[in-house]
Amino acid sequence: MNFEAPSGPQGGPDPIETDAVIIGAGPVGLFAVFELGLVDIKAHVIDILDKPGGQCAELYPDKPIYDIPGLPIVTGQEITDRLMEQIKPFGATFHLSEQVETLERLAEEKFAVTTDRGNTFVSKVVVIAAGGGSFTPKRPPLAGIEAYEGTSVFYSVRRMEDFRDKDVLIVGGGDSALDWTLNLQPLAKSLTLLHRRDEFRGAPHSVEKMRGLVAEGKMRLLIGQVGELHGAGNRLEAVTVKTKEAEERLPVEVMLPFFGLTMKLGPIANWGIDLSDGLFPVDTEKFETSVKGIFAIGDINTYPGKLKLILSGFHEAALMAQQAYKYVYPGKKLLFQYTTSSSSLQKKLGVS
Amino acid sequence: MVKITFIQPDESQQVVESEPGMTLMEAAKLHNVPGIEAECGGACACATCHVYVDEAWRDKTGKPSQMEEDMLDFAFDVRESSRLSCQIKLAPELDGIVVRVPAKQF
Repeated sequence: MNFEAPSGPQGGPDPIETDAVIIGAGPVGLFAVFELGLVDIKAHVIDILDKPGGQCAELYPDKPIYDIPGLPIVTGQEITDRLMEQIKPFGATFHLSEQVETLERLAEEKFAVTTDRGNTFVSKVVVIAAGGGSFTPKRPPLAGIEAYEGTSVFYSVRRMEDFRDKDVLIVGGGDSALDWTLNLQPLAKSLTLLHRRDEFRGAPHSVEKMRGLVAEGKMRLLIGQVGELHGAGNRLEAVTVKTKEAEERLPVEVMLPFFGLTMKLGPIANWGIDLSDGLFPVDTEKFETSVKGIFAIGDINTYPGKLKLILSGFHEAALMAQQAYKYVYPGKKLLFQYTTSSSSLQKKLGVS
Repeated sequence: MVKITFIQPDESQQVVESEPGMTLMEAAKLHNVPGIEAECGGACACATCHVYVDEAWRDKTGKPSQMEEDMLDFAFDVRESSRLSCQIKLAPELDGIVVRVPAKQF
């Protein structure tokens, strides 16, 4: 397995030529590596999360799953780990913390896929295994917040310098909120951490450090919630904070809300592929979208009788690979074989 | 059966009946109660099934567990009466329970 270090935002290297691009490293995207691998199709896998596993790893790593055939009980993280082990022989390249932005059809039956990290892939087939969409930071439902995004409201920190000498408000109680509190406090003009309760999910030593800074008078900790945003144009000027006791209008130039992630369809909607209620309608023979050569498998597709189960996605991956083979190796005949008995499959799996 | 009243932010009410043993979230989804999203499907992993339990019923529903409290950090406009409806099991003594759906789940 190869893990590509994310390249810089502008550092677009040469296009990566490949047989298949798989969008989404959830269980179904991972199993697609396996099924494509068995028919000699090499894949690059792109996922917005910083780890493989999709919802299994992000939403319920420790929760049991009971309906994976042959595994009476398995957690989200375990099935991810097992799939990673299972697909190891096929040497897929993973591009994590990376979001696919555009997907275009090129001449000679190929596709160009570009990402927010400036990577371009030229691929013979594209497999969309994007599940419920991209995990994106939750936007607090505050009136007018959109206007400030990217100028005064940030969901991640790209350049710490942008926060120097600013009145900073960080909202949340997990590791992101605490880590950025500790990192930005020395730079900021003022820093306030706002959380709904006086208990934190973040690492205990971070909590301790933060409380130390509060005790030294270097930052403020407020227990409460954001009420209202005040500003002009795209510049935030103040935030009304509601604490148990009172409401306070805090001067704020920059706000960093950390309320976890949610799934959004994202750029997928703009790729010119037929969508129905945020899902790709596919046939049940090839699981191909309205665009020849672009497949959709797992929770992101829809067809009569569709069940959003991991096991359905596995089946879809197997059938998708049969059709993908026809595009990657036109004119070649594919012999159906079993992993139990085929020496050629066993060679690919590295077990013969 | 357990009777549940869901009150929407516009004060409109929806009364549904459900089997004991289900969760409040499952009852809401089964009866298409608006405003209960339950993105993660009931794994206590997303905070999009947030409700406010009516004052009169808070003793009977009890307090959120540590895991639920942690997840409530991801909900918006959290109050003393906030619960994640996927973590409330519909026991017979909850027959008649009243909950409010928040303005937004985000």
